[in-house]
Amino acid sequence: MDSVKKGRGDLLCGRMVISDAPLCCGFFRPLVWGGKSWDPTSHTAVPDMTQNQVTDRSAEGYAVLAEPSVDSRPIYMDHHATTPVDDEVVSAMLPYFAQNFGNPSSTTHVYGAVAREATERAREEVAELINAASADEIIFTGGATESDNLAIEGVAYGFSHRGKHIITSAIEHKAVLQPCKRLETEGFRVTYLPVDQYGLVEPDSVLRAIAHDTILISLQYVNSEIGTIQPLDMIGQLARERNVIFHTDAAQATGKIRTDVRQLKVDVLSLSGHKMYGPKGVGALYVRKGVDLEPILLGGGQEKGYRAGTLNVPGIVGLGKACEIARRDLESECKRLSALRDRLTEGLLKRVALARVNGHPTRRLPHNLNISFEYVDSEALIESLPEIALSAGSACTSQSKEPSYVLLALGLSERLALSAIRFGLGRCNTTEQVDRVVDLIASSIEQLRNLSPLFMPPRSGGVDASGLTAKIPL
Amino acid sequence: MTGSVILDHFRNPRNAGYIADADGVGIEQQNPWRISIQISLKIREGIVNDIKFKAQGCLTTIACASVMTDMVRGKSVEDALAVSSLRLSEALGTIPEEKLHCCSLAIRALHAAIDDYTVGRRRDSLPVGTG
Repeated sequence: MDSVKKGRGDLLCGRMVISDAPLCCGFFRPLVWGGKSWDPTSHTAVPDMTQNQVTDRSAEGYAVLAEPSVDSRPIYMDHHATTPVDDEVVSAMLPYFAQNFGNPSSTTHVYGAVAREATERAREEVAELINAASADEIIFTGGATESDNLAIEGVAYGFSHRGKHIITSAIEHKAVLQPCKRLETEGFRVTYLPVDQYGLVEPDSVLRAIAHDTILISLQYVNSEIGTIQPLDMIGQLARERNVIFHTDAAQATGKIRTDVRQLKVDVLSLSGHKMYGPKGVGALYVRKGVDLEPILLGGGQEKGYRAGTLNVPGIVGLGKACEIARRDLESECKRLSALRDRLTEGLLKRVALARVNGHPTRRLPHNLNISFEYVDSEALIESLPEIALSAGSACTSQSKEPSYVLLALGLSERLALSAIRFGLGRCNTTEQVDRVVDLIASSIEQLRNLSPLFMPPRSGGVDASGLTAKIPL
Repeated sequence: MTGSVILDHFRNPRNAGYIADADGVGIEQQNPWRISIQISLKIREGIVNDIKFKAQGCLTTIACASVMTDMVRGKSVEDALAVSSLRLSEALGTIPEEKLHCCSLAIRALHAAIDDYTVGRRRDSLPVGTG
C-alpha cells in the first residue's frame, strides 16, 4: 500500500502512526494497537490505537502500511531494579487467573486441587534451582523483602531464648538493615561488619564478631549496586561450626549465578520473583529442615504456619516457571552477559577518561557494572540520556540525592559516590545496544565536563580556574 | 523525568563557558560535588554586556544557570540583581519543589559575580598610597 499524507499530516502505518510530532532520539512516535507505547517527547505512556480505531482511520482514507511497530522506549539496563516477565512465564500464569482460579487451601473440590498441584510443582522448581534437599523447605512469600523480614525477625524471635546477637554487613539491602534496626530497639544487639574496598566481607571479621549469644548471621550473596559476590561458603562453614543460623539475601543472585544452598551451607535464603524474569509480588524463603522460625504473618496457617495468607497462585506458578527457565539458561546467559558487560566496561574506559569501576574486579555478578565518572553528576548523566534506562544506585534509594551508603562503605569519597552509575544487563540487551550506550554516555560526559567549573583544562587561559578548584577540598 | 525545556538547555546551553578577562567572577556551591555554579561577566557603563556560566550538578542546575544568563545579558546591573529565582523557575516551566534551590543557587552565583566586580571597582578607584 502507498503511504499517503492525509489532512492532519498523519501517516497510518499498520501498527504505527507516524505523526508530525518532532523526532526525538531519531525515532518516530509509534502507536501500536492493543496496548501502550512510550512517547519519548513527553516521556509518558500513551494509549495505543485499537484495531477498530485503525479500521475507522482506514475508512477515513488513511493508507495503512504494513510496517512493523518500533519500540522506541529507552534501552533498559536497570535489571537490578526489576526485569520484564518472560513470555513463557506469562503464558504459564494466565490459566491461573480466571480458569484454574481455585484456592490451594480448598481441599474439598477439584478447583483447589488443581491450584494446589500447580503451586507444589512451582515449589519443586524453586527447590531445584537452589538445590534444596526437599521442596518442603520452600515457603512462598510476597517477595524478597518479606522473606528477609521473616528470616531476620523469625530467627530473632524464635531463638531469643538462646541469645540476642545478630551479625550482618554494612552493605545489606534495606530489607535486611531495617528489621535489624528495629530489633536493636527491642533489646537485640547487631554487629554491622565493614567491607573492604571491593565490598567483600572478610570471613575472619565474621569469626571475630561471633559471640556466645550470637543467633544469626545475615549476609547477602550478591550486592545489588556493585555486584560483589560474598564468600558465603567460607562463612557458612564458620556459622555451622558455631551453631549459628546463617541467612542470605540472594535476591540478586538466584537465577543469575549458581546458587546452591548445600554448597554455600546456608540455613535460610531469600529470593525474589521479579529479579529473575518472574512476576512482582512473589518470592520465597528457603528454610533448611531442622531450623524453626517464628512467623510474622499470622492468620489461616498456610505454608505450614510460617506464612499465613492465601497463596498468590498465578504469581507462584510464574515464579516456578521463572526458576525452570533460569536453570535451563543460566550458564549460557552468564557467558553472554559477562561478555556484554566486559564490552561495555572496555568501551567506556576506552572512551572516557577519569572513570573508575567500583566493586570487585572478578568476584562480581556477570551482569553488573558500577562505574564512577569524575566531574560528572550521576543524576545529570542519567537525566541527559532519556534513551537509556539506568540507575545511580539501588531503586529503593533512587529518589534521594544522598550518595549510596554501599559506595561509601567501600571507602569511596562522596565525590566518586555521587558520580557513580549502575548498569544491570539482562536478557534483552544486545551488542548493538551496548555500543550505542557507550557512544551516548561518552558524548554526554564530554558535554557535562565541558559545562563543569570544576573540570577546566589548564589551557583555557584567563583567570586561573585552578585557583577556584583549589578551594574545593578533594 | 527530565522536561524537554531542561533537556534543551543541557543540549544547547546558552552562554556556556568562561570569560577569561571577566570583570567579575562568582562561584556558588552546595557541597561542591553536588552543585557548583560559576558565573563570569563583563560590565560596561553599568550594563552586563557579556555573561557566561559553568555548572556541575543535575540538569535543572545547568538549565537554571543557562536561563539566568539569558535573562541578565544586556540588562543593567540593577535589573540583573532584581532577577528572582521565582522568575527563573517560571521560565523553566514546572520545577519540582526539591529542585527550587537550584534557581536560588544560580541567582547567588550571579550576585557573587556582581559583588566581585563591585569590590574590584572600589579597589581600583582607591588612591595609590604615597610615601
